[in-house]
Amino acid sequence: MKMFRILNRCIRDSFKSVMRNISLSMASIVCTTITLILVAIAIIVTVNVNNVTTLMEEELTVVVFVNKDVTSEQVKNIEDALNKLENKKEVVYKSKDERKLEMQNSDESLKVTLDYLAINPLQDTFIVTVLDVDDLAPTAREIRKIDGVESAEYGEGTVEEIVGIFDVIKKATIVIVIALVIVTAFLISNTIKLTIFSRRNEIEIMRLVGSSNTAIKLPFIFEGFLLGLVGSLVPIILTIYGYMLAYEKTGGTLAVEAIKLVKPVPFVLITSLFLLVIGAIVGMFGSSGAVRKYLKI
Amino acid sequence: MKFIQIKNCYKVYKNGVTAIADLTLDIDKGEFVFIIGASGSGKSTLVKMLYREEKPTKGTVEIGGINVGKLRNRTVYKLRRKLGIVFQDFKLLPKLTVYENVAFALECIGLKGSEIRPKVMNALEMVGLKEKVRSFPNELSGGEQQRVCIARAIVNDPKLLICDEPTGNLDPKTSKEIMNVLEDINKNLGTTIVMATHDKEIVNRMKKRVIVLDGGVLTGDHLKGSFKINENV
Repeated sequence: MKMFRILNRCIRDSFKSVMRNISLSMASIVCTTITLILVAIAIIVTVNVNNVTTLMEEELTVVVFVNKDVTSEQVKNIEDALNKLENKKEVVYKSKDERKLEMQNSDESLKVTLDYLAINPLQDTFIVTVLDVDDLAPTAREIRKIDGVESAEYGEGTVEEIVGIFDVIKKATIVIVIALVIVTAFLISNTIKLTIFSRRNEIEIMRLVGSSNTAIKLPFIFEGFLLGLVGSLVPIILTIYGYMLAYEKTGGTLAVEAIKLVKPVPFVLITSLFLLVIGAIVGMFGSSGAVRKYLKI
Repeated sequence: MKFIQIKNCYKVYKNGVTAIADLTLDIDKGEFVFIIGASGSGKSTLVKMLYREEKPTKGTVEIGGINVGKLRNRTVYKLRRKLGIVFQDFKLLPKLTVYENVAFALECIGLKGSEIRPKVMNALEMVGLKEKVRSFPNELSGGEQQRVCIARAIVNDPKLLICDEPTGNLDPKTSKEIMNVLEDINKNLGTTIVMATHDKEIVNRMKKRVIVLDGGVLTGDHLKGSFKINENV
């Protein structure tokens, strides 16, 4: 019961303190809001870049061109050899006739050209999907060694470059998210320090009349929690409505068909929850650190 | 019965100043003791060590069997709930009324509202401020503010009342009134009182035990009534 009374007093005091130091509280809330908006943007970019990379990586394949003069038995041997590759996910055979048909269906001018030719100039191919995109080059090299294989293509150079760029973007956004979380903690911590400074007499008396350190710290920690929570509301609303609107306006793709945005549900809800938790936890830890430093308790 | 036991106690501050040197002292339960000395004699340091605002550098300070110097920061509150402290500058919260200021001490330690009210009223009656419960500190005289501070210090029925120059900011007449309040508390409640002061007239008139400090060293321990005003302190 005593614990509940102390807790009740802490909650009441923290609300009072937020209202009594309204300008400081507002400053802290605005700072938290701004940094959490940046956190939200960074999260949205990170998740979408991840999504695009994953989708693109799934699309990355090695096209294996088979020699023109191979027998059907040799084709079978090549298929067996490809299926034995460690990095293979899927091997799909496409005969030259299938490919010709595909090309004829895809483009009118190609259809005319191919119809004009008496013979089929194309080659039998295997499309190899890989498990690990980073090992695309060694896999292609291994394939080239198989008897009866003329060449194995995967867009050397370009693929490595794209994967490299995505990797840098991913890492950079993660660093930005972490940095912004630290900045939020620092801002809340500083605001609480000012509040503590303005209440140092009260705190001193509390210590001298026998308040426990926990009873002194709790209202400040709860205050940080409140500030963080309120500060995360605007970023949450902006994330939900902003992302949904962006998704609707762009039709879920950016610039080209390949850059697909992550579907809003449940993505925005998870992001919102994350922002709420970051705001609250960072607020609590920020103020806890400030109290410990200022009160030497 | 020894209530406070100080043995070979030293306090050296970080800047190298020795505030207390080899102090050994016993105070019995229910005693009223004055600690006197010039500025810088170490009386405030001694008082602060009693409520564990300062830790002794060497030696021990025991109150009611508790080695105060060994207390960890997070357990100091347990000691402070057993004692009351009266300050020269009152340390009242300006935005709270007289009643709220006294009740604050009990709220902080988690007492129920129904328990708080009679205790606060009792303490205010003891210091003669029952009719000022709704006043704010800035509406009170210096003497009245000090009475509120005393009421707050005794509201939790402490075994020990530590007073750090409680009459330092008051005129002689008001000082006398405050001393009467403290004497009543000592007599009626049996509370041990340790009071640091440089007001020799009060000390002489009250005829209590007097401990004299000079440069952190105990230079005199005068039994009840044996201290003389013309003594070189």
